[in-house]
Amino acid sequence: MSKLTDLTIATARDGLAKGDFSAVELANAHIAAMVDLRNLNAFITETPELAIERATESDKRRAAGDSAGSMDGIPIAVKDLFCTEGVLTTAGSHILDGFVPTYESTVSQNLRNGGAVMLGKTNLDEFAMGSANITSYYGNVLNPWKGKDGKDLVPGGSSGGSAAAVAGRIALGATGTDTGGSIRQPASFTGIVGLKPTYGRCSRWGTVAFSSSLDQAGPMTRTVRDAAIMLGSMAGHDAKDSTSAPQAVPDFEAALSGDVRGLRVGIPKEYRMDGMAPEIEALWTQGIDMMKQAGAEIVDVSLPHTKHALPTYYIIAPAEASANLARYDGVRYGLRVPGDSLDEMYANTRGEGFGEEVKRRILIGTYVLSAGFYDAYYRKAQRVRKLIAEDFRIVFEDVDVLLTPTAPSEAFAIGEKMDDPVAMYLNDVFTVPASLAGLPGISIPTGLSANGLPLGLQLLGKPFDEETVLRAAHALESAAGFDAKPGGEG
Amino acid sequence: MSLDKDTVKNIANLARIKVAEDDLDHLAVELSAILDWVEQLNGVDTDGVEPLASVVDVTLPLRTDAITDGNCRDSVLANAPAAEDGFFAVPKVVE
Repeated sequence: MSKLTDLTIATARDGLAKGDFSAVELANAHIAAMVDLRNLNAFITETPELAIERATESDKRRAAGDSAGSMDGIPIAVKDLFCTEGVLTTAGSHILDGFVPTYESTVSQNLRNGGAVMLGKTNLDEFAMGSANITSYYGNVLNPWKGKDGKDLVPGGSSGGSAAAVAGRIALGATGTDTGGSIRQPASFTGIVGLKPTYGRCSRWGTVAFSSSLDQAGPMTRTVRDAAIMLGSMAGHDAKDSTSAPQAVPDFEAALSGDVRGLRVGIPKEYRMDGMAPEIEALWTQGIDMMKQAGAEIVDVSLPHTKHALPTYYIIAPAEASANLARYDGVRYGLRVPGDSLDEMYANTRGEGFGEEVKRRILIGTYVLSAGFYDAYYRKAQRVRKLIAEDFRIVFEDVDVLLTPTAPSEAFAIGEKMDDPVAMYLNDVFTVPASLAGLPGISIPTGLSANGLPLGLQLLGKPFDEETVLRAAHALESAAGFDAKPGGEG
Repeated sequence: MSLDKDTVKNIANLARIKVAEDDLDHLAVELSAILDWVEQLNGVDTDGVEPLASVVDVTLPLRTDAITDGNCRDSVLANAPAAEDGFFAVPKVVE
């Protein structure tokens, strides 16, 4: 039998069902990996006792013939943006010092109900604001992959700890959240699968809010099948989130038919940007050929407002963040830095509690929402957002999915792109448009760069049509046959 | 839009974030660069385009006007940096 940490969610599920190993054995193997790989700094809080407790319960259920389903007994990591009952929740920020929620987020509760075994809470960019996992109060996360020069690389962000944990074989899957690419871009940087569902597919209740009209939780796994299984457990309507969609959760795994004959795959010409890395362009061309070989029909399409997506995002997301983060005031939870007056206490707490990138975004957001500038910035961005959403709506009358690169580069070294916020924002150039339109998107590891690092391609789909996105992703995954592992073992 | 030091100071005050005097200059440069960059949107023709506030195209749901929550004072206060007699405690606001 191969190492328990090299299993997938699907094969672990089958092994548990057959009695090849117990949930406790599976948990112990992953806890050992978590300890071995502490140098990655993937976790802010480890919860091994809780994991063993839940794995023990899972084994008892199974022994009684009462398994809770595909996730029962599966060790997962949870991004530290999801509130977890009785477990420190930090959002990667100093300002949430010591915050131990008395409730559980809907997504992590759904996974708990499904029997998933939480190993710990993963590191992230502070309040999910970043593309390299270098803004966390709890330090940088390292990518388990290294290039030929052996330098430490970023895992991408903001779900960098989750990506590192899954790629590093510490967890079989992890929750992520994606506001402008925070699941898909780190998935591409670490050679794993990352799925951002349709806005409204997973409840936002109990997840620390960044930009409420964009935030969406999703699974990060090593295979498309695992993403389908884990999404099935996370998703579902929730009365506690008024934007949660009252839609039934399909059997996503059943959608993986392997058949994409006749599927119409759109290739948006605006994603072929000036100065695009030749390696990324070549990968994209390979992906197009793979889909064609599998019987899909390739269609050239146009999304004319694509280039406006990033600036639109960098008005809307900071605006919503400035409102959402107003709640961190030193009164109800977390850090308090004393002051002589109430206002001074607020300002001291927020000045000390927030990191540089978060402050920058709150200040931009405050400015674009302030009297006299609201129409020029915020309203304008909302109008352009409408145009971007319309581009997609029109294109999806003709095609079933869109195929694009996930990120403009391979993982870069820690320290690069740090001086210029706008250069860092460009990481999300291919992921942000679908976020603005609320559409589902998935990154699939498709190849290796000349430097030996993973590169992903992205598939985008129609609202609430994750099934087609997963079916296409599964076909691309099979064709690409990506089996490289960090550390050069295979 | 180029922001000056005073404008940054004013925004920081609106956002209730203490910024050291020494940091105002470089913040003004950084924020101005971001604003310059997003201002490329001014070139997009949006005449007659409705602003999109949410991609969820549904009317917000209504529920029965009934009490569904409550009696959780201790849980609400559990994470407060300062709480007294069942209340959040803050610096004195009334003389």
